[in-house]
Amino acid sequence: MNELVNSWGLNPAIPVGLNAYLLVAAILFVLGLIACMARRNAIGILIGVELIINAAIINFMAFWRFGGSQTDGSGALVGPLFGVFLILLAACEAAVALAILLSLYFNFGTIEVDSIHQMER
Amino acid sequence: MSNELINAAGQNWVGANLAFWFITAVVVGSATMAAFARNIVQAAYALFFTLLGVAGYFALLGSSFLAITQVVIYVGGILVLLMFGVLLTNRPLQERTHGELGRYLIAAIAGAVLLGGVLVRVVFSTPWKMAPAPAVPVPETAAIGRMLVGNYLLPLELAGMLLLLCLLGAAYLVRRQER
Amino acid sequence: MNDQLVLNLACVIFLLPLACFALMAVFHERIPRHGDWLATTALGVTLACAIAIFVHAAMTGRNLLVNVTFDWLPLGMTNMLKGGILVDRLTAVMLVVVTLVSFLVHLFSVGYMAGDVRYGRYYCGLLLFTTSMLGLVLANNLIYLYIFWELVGLSSYLLIGHWFEKKSASDAAIKAFITTRLGDVGMFIGLMICYWKVGSLQYADLFAAVQNGVLSGQGFAGYDWQTLAGLGIFFGAMGKSAQFPLHVWLPDAMEGPTPVSALIHAATMVAAGVYLTGRLLPFFSPPTLIFIAYIGGITAIFAATIALVQDDIKKVLAYSTVSQLGYMIMALGVGGYVSGLFHLTTHAMFKACLFLGSGAVIHAMHHEQSMSQYGGLRHKMPWTATFYIMATLALCGVPPFAGFWSKDLILGDTLAFTMQHGHWFLVVAGFGTAFLTAFYMTRQVFLTFFGAPRNEHKFEHAHEVAWQMLLPLVILGTLSLVGGLGGWFEKYNPKLDGITQIKAIAEAGYQSPLVATAVAAAHQVAAAAHEGAEGAGEHNPVVAQAHHTAMVLSIVLAFAGIGLGVLMYRERKNGKALLNPDALARAFRPVYVLLWNKYFFDEIYNAVFVETTHIAARVCAVFDRLVIDSVVNFAGLMGKVGAFVVDMLDRLVVDGLMVNGSARAAGFMGNELSYAQTGRVRQYLLLMVLGILALSGVVLVLIK
Repeated sequence: MNELVNSWGLNPAIPVGLNAYLLVAAILFVLGLIACMARRNAIGILIGVELIINAAIINFMAFWRFGGSQTDGSGALVGPLFGVFLILLAACEAAVALAILLSLYFNFGTIEVDSIHQMER
Repeated sequence: MSNELINAAGQNWVGANLAFWFITAVVVGSATMAAFARNIVQAAYALFFTLLGVAGYFALLGSSFLAITQVVIYVGGILVLLMFGVLLTNRPLQERTHGELGRYLIAAIAGAVLLGGVLVRVVFSTPWKMAPAPAVPVPETAAIGRMLVGNYLLPLELAGMLLLLCLLGAAYLVRRQER
Repeated sequence: MNDQLVLNLACVIFLLPLACFALMAVFHERIPRHGDWLATTALGVTLACAIAIFVHAAMTGRNLLVNVTFDWLPLGMTNMLKGGILVDRLTAVMLVVVTLVSFLVHLFSVGYMAGDVRYGRYYCGLLLFTTSMLGLVLANNLIYLYIFWELVGLSSYLLIGHWFEKKSASDAAIKAFITTRLGDVGMFIGLMICYWKVGSLQYADLFAAVQNGVLSGQGFAGYDWQTLAGLGIFFGAMGKSAQFPLHVWLPDAMEGPTPVSALIHAATMVAAGVYLTGRLLPFFSPPTLIFIAYIGGITAIFAATIALVQDDIKKVLAYSTVSQLGYMIMALGVGGYVSGLFHLTTHAMFKACLFLGSGAVIHAMHHEQSMSQYGGLRHKMPWTATFYIMATLALCGVPPFAGFWSKDLILGDTLAFTMQHGHWFLVVAGFGTAFLTAFYMTRQVFLTFFGAPRNEHKFEHAHEVAWQMLLPLVILGTLSLVGGLGGWFEKYNPKLDGITQIKAIAEAGYQSPLVATAVAAAHQVAAAAHEGAEGAGEHNPVVAQAHHTAMVLSIVLAFAGIGLGVLMYRERKNGKALLNPDALARAFRPVYVLLWNKYFFDEIYNAVFVETTHIAARVCAVFDRLVIDSVVNFAGLMGKVGAFVVDMLDRLVVDGLMVNGSARAAGFMGNELSYAQTGRVRQYLLLMVLGILALSGVVLVLIK
């Protein structure tokens, strides 16, 4: 099955394999992490977090699709189910984070995270 | 379409593989924009395409249900929420006072890329446990529905509870405060 | 009507009063009239259900209707305490008795307790009691029975102490609770022996264990486990049913409201001990049965003698109750399953009627309980007097009243047993009690309802009671006339020997045939032990003879007792009785004093238990001062010395080096590291990523 793991879509008889998806997810994760660390705007950080969550869902789906749990009775559909719950968690996270941002904005007049450093020593 | 392109199960993956690379191009490109765009509004628009692309991945991976969910909730809900956040908090005057990408940019890129390297190394060096054969995608929406009110009833209820609490918490956080 | 319906009705019977109790316990302040109508209606519905079950049981001719068992409480890994519901003929009869008396008492209390300060609380207590009693009857295992057993004890405590402002009432409540607890300790020991040896507390399992010889192992004091467990359980019954020598609480319990006395301390709760003994009759070994019979006989005659001289109307009835309970226990002890439980049923009817009647009298006489203040009340309260006298005739055993049939059965069973196995004391006690009962009840009726009024003032204000109080009297009085006629136990030929009856019941289907043989085997042992002919079949001439003799003798004795009572207490035209009771009391002064003081039982208990405890306490106090205190003082001195050493150690090493040192180190590190706390989120994130990098680097390098 190594073919399937390492398939990059060049052989038309074999679909794109696990590693391709994991690679894409890793790229998304890195980009999300960069957004989180580099952006000053808190909404930018939120965008980064969304990218990271998407990377995680892609991983879940890829492992479900190629990892054999699809045919195993107990794990059937576990990938989409986790995906659904993750999307739901992301929605919660976005709602609360945005509420916090608005609250920050009311209190500090800005959402530039570098300007908010009350916790500094 | 020649015979070599069709595998034993009668499945032809050419279209799917082409779609994968197309989507990858879109996703990586737009995600890069989302991470590096100077204007936060641009970044949000770029995120829109990233999310759509990820929905495409889900379809390719055999779950049209999750793809639709991704589009509806992520694109339709979360992204709109982000846009609202941008609109509510954006002060054009402040925008240009500092660069949007702060002084940690180089350090952030370096750290993240190194971490990505670690990830890639792990991905390629792990002997993944694989299914005997790639499963053929099947219609799964009804099955998901049944599982959500069956084996996964408790998580479903907890998720509902969580959503309710988030709603309350968000409303509490942004209530009109006495200064 | 099928058995599923019976099960549903049984659940309704238990749950309806429970739900009503829960509702009342919370809301009785807010419901109109404190919810008395709610409780009474609920009991009425329950009574209807109970009658339905009873009719069904009588129609089908089967003994066992429902026996549902379910897992209740897992103990450890393997054992499971089972719960369950049992409805057989005995349960059906008990359900009717409990719900009927309870319903009528609820109704009676509407009048009797009107205007009471804790009216709603009183009804809550009644409901709790009824629920527990019904649960006790419906249980199919000893652990449930034990739980409800304690619950009826609790509600009895609450209701005796209903007027807890009165010192005597609260004392009586405590006395009742503690005395019955004393018996319950024995019962608990019996339960533990059963569970230890059998591994289950289901009645059926216990009976099966008796047959399989699981309990026949040698215990101690030369008795096998079956006897010890049976004795233990019977101790519980002794406490609850006020058997000698644990009878002392019941007369004091009359401090409670009179309807409570009727419900709890005459008809139902005190009958629980009899019910338990009857329910487990196949479980008791021959020595236990003899013990039971003797306890019952002693109690019967002993309490009857005390009742001869009491002045308080309720005390007379209380001792009468103790005496009648002794009757039932004695009947069960000689194997008279049917007679004992039949008497329980009829006794519940007429004794409840007597208590409610006395309640009506007390109510009319402004809470005067002394019979020396009564007299001539039949003119003022003709209805009450009529039904009171009917119930009295039933208690005296005059045919054709209910008490005659059941008492005659008991005496017949006892006589038959004695003729086969000896133990003549039981017969003497039984017939003696019959005579005494007739006498003291006649005395009570004449003192209360006949003759000239002895307290003109209170007599003038006496009046007939309201319909809520009269109706229960009418119903119960009627039942005490006809209750025995129906032959509620007609399925069992009353001419059968008691032992054969148990066999018949077991064979009727409550137990498997297995248990039927178990019972037969157990009683074969009994017969062998007494060298009697166990072959006593359906047509045993000795038994038939005994029953005929007993019937004649009991009628003669009843009329003799009544006649003596009339002679002594019926005032003639000149206001004097034919025989002067006061003269008699003077003539037999020592006996009179002994009886008047109830054989000095309270004083003996006070001297033996209370004073002994005081003396032991004093001895302990002296020991404490002399020995313990000096040890303590020495220990204190040693402690001082040790403390000094430890103090030095503490100050130098612990404080200096360890406590302050570590605190200083932590303070230093915190101070220095706090420079890393910039308050900038992104910086934290960056540091986190670097940390993960470092860690994964270590993992990759070291593990690969």
